[in-house]
Amino acid sequence: MSSDAFQFRSRMRSFTDRLVTALAILATLIVIAPLVAIFVYLLYMGTSSLNLDFFIKTPVPVGETGGGMANAILGSGILLGVASVIGVPIGIGAGIFLAEFGRGGKLALAIRFTADVLNGVPSIVMGLAAYALIVAPKIPFLPFTGHFSAFSGGVALGFMMIPTVCRTTEEMLLMVPHAVREAALGLGVPNWRSVLSITVKTASPGIITGCMLAFARVAGETAPLIFTVLGNQFWSTNLNQPIAALPLQIYVYAMSPYDDWHRLAWAGSLVLIVLIVLAVSLVRYVTSRGVLKGAS
Amino acid sequence: MGVGIEVINLNAWYGTNHTLQDINLNIPANHATALIGPSGCGKSTFVRCINRMHETNPIARATGIVRIGDLDIYKDAKPVQIRRRVGMVFQRPNPFPTMSIYDNVAAGLKLNGYSNRRSLDEIVERSLKNSALWDEVKDDLKKKSGASLSGGQQQRLCIARALAVDPEVLLMDEPASALDPVSTSKIEDLIFQLKSQYTIVIVTHNMQQAARVAEKTGFFLNGRMVEFDSTHKIFTNPSDKRTEDYITGRFG
Repeated sequence: MSSDAFQFRSRMRSFTDRLVTALAILATLIVIAPLVAIFVYLLYMGTSSLNLDFFIKTPVPVGETGGGMANAILGSGILLGVASVIGVPIGIGAGIFLAEFGRGGKLALAIRFTADVLNGVPSIVMGLAAYALIVAPKIPFLPFTGHFSAFSGGVALGFMMIPTVCRTTEEMLLMVPHAVREAALGLGVPNWRSVLSITVKTASPGIITGCMLAFARVAGETAPLIFTVLGNQFWSTNLNQPIAALPLQIYVYAMSPYDDWHRLAWAGSLVLIVLIVLAVSLVRYVTSRGVLKGAS
Repeated sequence: MGVGIEVINLNAWYGTNHTLQDINLNIPANHATALIGPSGCGKSTFVRCINRMHETNPIARATGIVRIGDLDIYKDAKPVQIRRRVGMVFQRPNPFPTMSIYDNVAAGLKLNGYSNRRSLDEIVERSLKNSALWDEVKDDLKKKSGASLSGGQQQRLCIARALAVDPEVLLMDEPASALDPVSTSKIEDLIFQLKSQYTIVIVTHNMQQAARVAEKTGFFLNGRMVEFDSTHKIFTNPSDKRTEDYITGRFG
């Protein structure tokens, strides 16, 4: 090959390289742009209505000014707590079964399929299902059922978390190298112990990410709450009673005809997003400390 | 102290693939025994039958008698008990990535419910000294993750981990094939020292390595053991034509 042709090819190659890099950067920007736009607009609209009252006061009747969403912030916290207590253990447990014990079996196939379908169920349907199953009927011996309650909302959100937690747990466990499992078995460690103490621990950064994804997703859900927790204008920490929740409060305020409420809805949206980011960051920080850093 | 291993009519399968056929041999206690042969000849399967790791694969099975000391491992014991007496070092170093150096060595004991901290400290130190890694890691035992060590160090860490549960037999499946020459020679020195305390079985593709570390050598071919004799005899005056062809490099 002549030296000219060689030079031409080499220049073409570096051109293609730069072109593809530029396209990748462009795609990244397009992905980030809406996120930044939403956040900036929220900051712009929300901060003006944010004050201390917002965090320590409950809503006031129409016509009066002031008031806050303290009860809704607390309510959301309680709902997400209940949801996580239900969704995280069941999701992780099912994920462990799929990856470690049920491999290739019919039961695993059925569970995986169910989880995928559940993942695609619209949230309003999850709310209706919770309503039909535990809000409308009183189930004997099961407390909190038969009426609107914080508990029923937590259940609806918790079941929405399960498929995400389950499938990410499964995928993260399958990524743990076979050699690591063999090392544990070769030491005479029983299989169940090896799964819990070695495989799950090795996969834990990914599993935690999955849990946080599920958490962040349900934290902003409104539809499942409409038929379950109903909403509440007053302080309540009772799992047996209707409770306020940020997304629900935002929905009600945003749909209202009052400017004052619109402003509070903006402030609520900003607080909701900031709280989700804070919660996710906190969990990441706590779990990334210690010797485990080499893991991820 | 190490114990001898007696293998009688061992057969093993992966699915319908008959990977080991009628293996009979006696592995002497407190010596190093090398197993050589071309890839796929069954030598790895053979060592995995000695600690019943073979059957962790759902499609695998084995028949025959393997006695470790007085224990008939396929009749009288559970796999978990055997693997505590028969340590294993794998081809690729496989430290537990989320654990510190200390926890890696202590893993076998801790995960089996042993928790006396003072003696755990002693065992970790002794195991790391036995695997010639102590001086390199003694200052970061709990600070560094096992995965942060170099490949050769990781393999010695894996040896320390195997030694910590105080086995009688140490199986090594090509322990140096993923390592550079310096690390390899460290592992070989280690085998030399360890065989006074343990019975060592080492699978290797490297015939010089077999000649350097092992008193006895077995040659495997197509799932059968062709010849088993003193290493000196195998490499200088093999009885079987196929052994001679293999060690002189005519195939494999």
